[in-house]
Amino acid sequence: MKKTYKLIDLDCANCARKMEDAIKKLDGVNDASVSFLTQKLTLDADDDRFEAILAEAVRCCKRVEPDCEIVLK
Amino acid sequence: MTKKQKKLLWRILAAGALLIAAACVPAEGVLRLALFLVPYGVVGWDVLRKAGRNILHGQVFDENFLMSVATLGALILGEYAEAVGVMLFYQVGELFQSAAVDRSRRSIAQLMDIRPDVAFVLRDGEPAEVDPDEVEVGEHIVVRPGEKIPLDGVVTEGASSLDTAALTGESVPRDVGPGDEVVSGCISRTGLLTIRVTKPFGESTVSKILELVENAAEKKAKTEGFITRFARVYTPAVVIAAVLLAIVPPLLYGGWADWVHRALIFLVISCPCALVISIPLSFFGGIGGASARGILVKGGNYFELLARADTVVFDKTGTLTEGRFALSSLHPADGVDREDLIACAALAESGSNHPIASSLREAWTCEADPARVTDVTEIPGQGVSVRIDGVPVLAGNEKLLAAAGIPCPENIREPGTVVHVARDGTYLGYAVIADAVKPSAAETVSALRQRGIRTVMLTGDSPAAGEAVAAALGLDEAHTRLLPADKVRQVERLLANRESDRALIYVGDGVNDAPVLSRADVGIAMGAMGSDAAIEAADIVLMDDDPKKLLTAMDISRRCLRIVRENIVFALGVKALFLLLGALGLAGLWAAVFADVGVAVLAILNACRMLRTKV
Repeated sequence: MKKTYKLIDLDCANCARKMEDAIKKLDGVNDASVSFLTQKLTLDADDDRFEAILAEAVRCCKRVEPDCEIVLK
Repeated sequence: MTKKQKKLLWRILAAGALLIAAACVPAEGVLRLALFLVPYGVVGWDVLRKAGRNILHGQVFDENFLMSVATLGALILGEYAEAVGVMLFYQVGELFQSAAVDRSRRSIAQLMDIRPDVAFVLRDGEPAEVDPDEVEVGEHIVVRPGEKIPLDGVVTEGASSLDTAALTGESVPRDVGPGDEVVSGCISRTGLLTIRVTKPFGESTVSKILELVENAAEKKAKTEGFITRFARVYTPAVVIAAVLLAIVPPLLYGGWADWVHRALIFLVISCPCALVISIPLSFFGGIGGASARGILVKGGNYFELLARADTVVFDKTGTLTEGRFALSSLHPADGVDREDLIACAALAESGSNHPIASSLREAWTCEADPARVTDVTEIPGQGVSVRIDGVPVLAGNEKLLAAAGIPCPENIREPGTVVHVARDGTYLGYAVIADAVKPSAAETVSALRQRGIRTVMLTGDSPAAGEAVAAALGLDEAHTRLLPADKVRQVERLLANRESDRALIYVGDGVNDAPVLSRADVGIAMGAMGSDAAIEAADIVLMDDDPKKLLTAMDISRRCLRIVRENIVFALGVKALFLLLGALGLAGLWAAVFADVGVAVLAILNACRMLRTKV
């Protein structure tokens, strides 16, 4: 399953790169991209564990940039 | 400017004033430090806070952390003014950077401003304003002059002239009336339209295009991948170099303060931000700029491939030619009026719905009166025999005239279908109907050849028709009478022959050549407005059907890659230079801040040029 989420207050391009790197390494993630320009997170992960993986991805982002918020909808 | 940016601006101004004040006060020792700590705190507290928090999260090479270490180090070394100044300039750079990125993001959004905000849907006979998302298939919407068509559909009432500029980049008006299909994103110019919606908003052309362009940022160009890998090792490497610089030389020669100061310079330069922002921004700008010209590019990687192309393969029908029959020339016999000939031909064929017949009727500007035509007999494989105003008329091929014993010219070399006309036993002349070559096709082909690119045409058409077009356009190669599978085989042969670092482009109409489109290095579909299949299958989509847009796309990609190269060379060059100067003790922290944020800002501004591309 592939979903896109909006990111708020993603302030630095290098942080976006670090987030992307970290999320890609998560178990069950097929592909991920964090775009600083569109301020969006695209997550492609296994269907059955998607929610759990998403929660981990959010934690990755928070670790890199605590101010950055992910709009989950 | 956003609220956040305004706040930062005020802090910078306040800290600047406080810094000048502190520098003017002739205080000594701890008091002097305290005076400088005020502006330092005002401008840098958030950097310090973030740095502290990120250490707890294990983010050591974070730029906040690096700036904090560098400035705190300077404070410890007693370089108060320098420490505050560096923090101040770092924040100024950050402010510029975020403003520049915001601006370019906004202008890209503006270029792609095709999303309709509202739809006026007819419910209980009254137009109601709703979100386009809420309109259901089968409902009727009203579009007033000057408004954007919010959803794809079919006109049921009214007529208008549509401006397709937002989709195709060309403002050639298109007239529509009842029964015509219209696509979302066009602006209705003149009349009130009632449209029956045929697709939900999520599947309408506008949504497809926006989705495509937004997702384009995901397909990264090779250069971008290189920068990402580079960034991963660059920061740790520079930080390690800084540590070595702070420890090793002093152990050998002494002079700790000086070497630590030099090491701090390394820390300031160690953030790869300029590269990490400006490279994707250049590609993104290129994609935005291209879409404003009706060229949708599905990823930055296709810019790289386009720039490396050495072979362009064209489909014939609908790509190089108009894809429909039209009168290409008229040859009246001696003493016969042109108008008389075309009128006769059009009237004779007025009862037929064959494409040849309709192109004759189109060429004759007058309306055919069916009452004038009687005794219509169609002779299969030959033509028609009719009476016009009671006079017998023949219109068809040589066989038809030969059968009637009327002599007509033979061996006509013009490509296309020839229609001879005779009236009352007298030969009037002939008309040639052909699938006309697009006006800009020849120009495109010759421009490609000038760039040293091989041009090939593949067509399912007959050798005679195909080779005539190939000769007229000056193509390098032409292969005719190909089935879809043969086209794939031809493309594979060409792929095998091209040099490994070059690319093959296939340009087609995207309707029945999806396998070839996906097989080529870059598949380009043209005239794709309203065709989902083409948008889906191609890598690059030309919204209108002008082959010249291929050249525009190539120019945009070259320009984009040049800006990317400039930014890489510039950013890396400046950083390397300042690392060297810093290590030699020739550059101070001030210069280092420029090498960090200054370069980032300049690189972003350079990337912004992509948005103003004039090709």
